[in-house]
Amino acid sequence: MSDPDYNFAYLDEQTKRMIRRSLLKAVAIPGYQVPFGSREMPMPYGWGTGGIQLTASLIGLDDTLKVIDQGSDDTTNAVSIRKFFRRTTGVATTEKTTEATLIQTRHRIPETPLQKGQILIYQVPIPDPLSFLEPRETEARKMHALSEYGIMHTKLYEDIAHYGAILHTYDYPVMVNDRYVMRPSPIPKFDNPKMDNMHALQVFGAGREKRIYAVPPYTKVKSLDFEDHPFEVQRWENSCALCGADNTFLDEIVVDDHGERLFACADSDYCQTRQAEQGGQR
Amino acid sequence: MIEQALLKVEDLAVHYGDYVACEQINFELFPGEVLGVVGESGSGKTSLLKALSTQLTPDAGRVEYFSDIKGLLDLYELPESQRRQLTRSEWGVVHQSPRDGLRLNVSAGANIGERLMENGERNYGSIRQQAETWLENVEIDIDRIDDMPTTFSGGMQQRLQIARNLVTHPKLIFMDEPTGGLDVSVQARLLDLLKKLVSQYNLSVIIVTHDLAVARLLAHRLMVMQRGRVVETGLTDQVLDDPQHPYTQLLVSSVLQP
Ligand SMILES: [Zn+2]
Repeated sequence: MSDPDYNFAYLDEQTKRMIRRSLLKAVAIPGYQVPFGSREMPMPYGWGTGGIQLTASLIGLDDTLKVIDQGSDDTTNAVSIRKFFRRTTGVATTEKTTEATLIQTRHRIPETPLQKGQILIYQVPIPDPLSFLEPRETEARKMHALSEYGIMHTKLYEDIAHYGAILHTYDYPVMVNDRYVMRPSPIPKFDNPKMDNMHALQVFGAGREKRIYAVPPYTKVKSLDFEDHPFEVQRWENSCALCGADNTFLDEIVVDDHGERLFACADSDYCQTRQAEQGGQR
Repeated sequence: MIEQALLKVEDLAVHYGDYVACEQINFELFPGEVLGVVGESGSGKTSLLKALSTQLTPDAGRVEYFSDIKGLLDLYELPESQRRQLTRSEWGVVHQSPRDGLRLNVSAGANIGERLMENGERNYGSIRQQAETWLENVEIDIDRIDDMPTTFSGGMQQRLQIARNLVTHPKLIFMDEPTGGLDVSVQARLLDLLKKLVSQYNLSVIIVTHDLAVARLLAHRLMVMQRGRVVETGLTDQVLDDPQHPYTQLLVSSVLQP
C-alpha cells in the first residue's frame, strides 16, 4: 500500500504529464536535450532528482522497480530511493535485473543484458557535453543544432598529446544516431558499448540542470574516438574473486584489517546470480 | 576573359540603432588580391569587416562569394549551417586580440587541429603532422606543439592564429589590426611572414588597419573610410602618394610625417 498522504509517486498528475511530454520529445529526437520544468523533490540534487522525477512520471501499479548505485542495490542512495517509491507508490521492488521493468541507476549499466520493454533511467549531474568546452550557452545550443562537434575531438586530441591516450574513463562522450553528441552520465566507459543498439529504452534526467534526454531502443550509440586511437574499454588482469566472471566491471574491495584486497563484480545482482548458479556457496 | 570576383559587396550597411556604422559600401575583391581598409577608429572599418566575415549580420546590402566548390553564393541568403561551414573551411579570420582568435585553454597543436577536426578529420596522426607543418610555416618551433598559447609571446600568438586559419587552405582571410599592440620589430617580422604566405598560397585578404605603413607593405589596393562611408579607393601607392580626398590627405600627412 502506498502512503495516502502523497499523490501516487509523490508528483502531482499535471507535473507527471508535463514530464512525460518532454520525455516523448526526447525519445523522438535521440540524444537531444529537452528542457523541462524540474520540480523540487524531498531530497538534495546530488541524490539524482532528475532520475527520480523520470521514474515518478513513468512508474505504474504493474511495474517492478530496481534501483542501483554504482551497480549495487544496497548503498544508502539506492536503498533510500527504493524506499521512497515503495512508500509513495506501493509497487513491487526487486534487486533482480531480469525481473525489473524500471531500473533507476546512478553510474552503472547492469551486466545482465537488458530486454525489450525494460526502461533504464539514468541520474545525470551534468547533461551538456559542450558545457566545459564552450562556456557561451547560446553558442553551445547552436553547435548542437548544427551538429558542429569538432571541439569534442579537440579535447580528445589534448589527452593523447599530453598523456598518450584518451583519459576519460567515466562519462565518456558518445554520438547518438549519428546526430547528437551526448554525455552518458558518469558511467564507466566500460558500459558504453552496452548503450549501442540496446533493446531497452534509455532515459536520462538532470534535475538541477532541468534537462531530459533519451536513447530509444535499437539506436546506434558510438563512443567518440580517432581512427588511429580507437575507443577501448577498461580491462582487468583479475577475474571476479566471488563468481569468476572475466568480462565484468570490477571493484577493488578491502576485505580485512590487514589491507587484504580482492576484485569483485560491481554489479551485485549479477555476481550473486552467478554464484547461486555455481552451487550457492554464499 | 573577365576574371570572376571572389567577393562582391553591394550597398552594404550596418546600423546600431540610429547610429550608422557603415553604409553604401560597394566593392569587388579578386583572387590573390590584398585590400586594405584604412581610417581612424570610429570610421566603420571594423563593423564592415565583421559584416563581411559573418561576425555580425548587416542591416542592408548583399555579399556574394564565389566558391570553387559550391559556385556563387549569396552569403546572407545561405542557411546558417552552410555559412558557418564556409567560414571554417574556405575562409579565415585573424583577430587583433589572440583572446578572440585562439582557444587559450588548449595546446598550440589543438588550436591548429581544431578546424581539421571540425571538418571531419578523425586521424590523430594526420592532425598532428599537419599541426607540425603549420607551426613550421609560421616559424614556430615544433617543440612548442603541446604548449599552451598563454606561454607564447604576442607575436607567436598572432602567428599561431594565422596557422590555425590557414591549415584548411582557405581562399579568403579577414584581418583586423593583426599587428596592433606588437613591438615594431615583432610587427615587421609578422608582416614579412604575412606577405610571404599571401603570395605562396595565393590568398585574398581584407585587412583593416589604422596603420598606413602596414597598409603600404601588404595591400595592393586601399579603401579609405570616414564616418561609415568610403571616401577614396585606388591602388595603394596611388592613394598614399597622391591622395585626392581631403580626408585621405589629412590621414596621410598626419601619419607619414616623422
Ligand atoms: Zn562476480
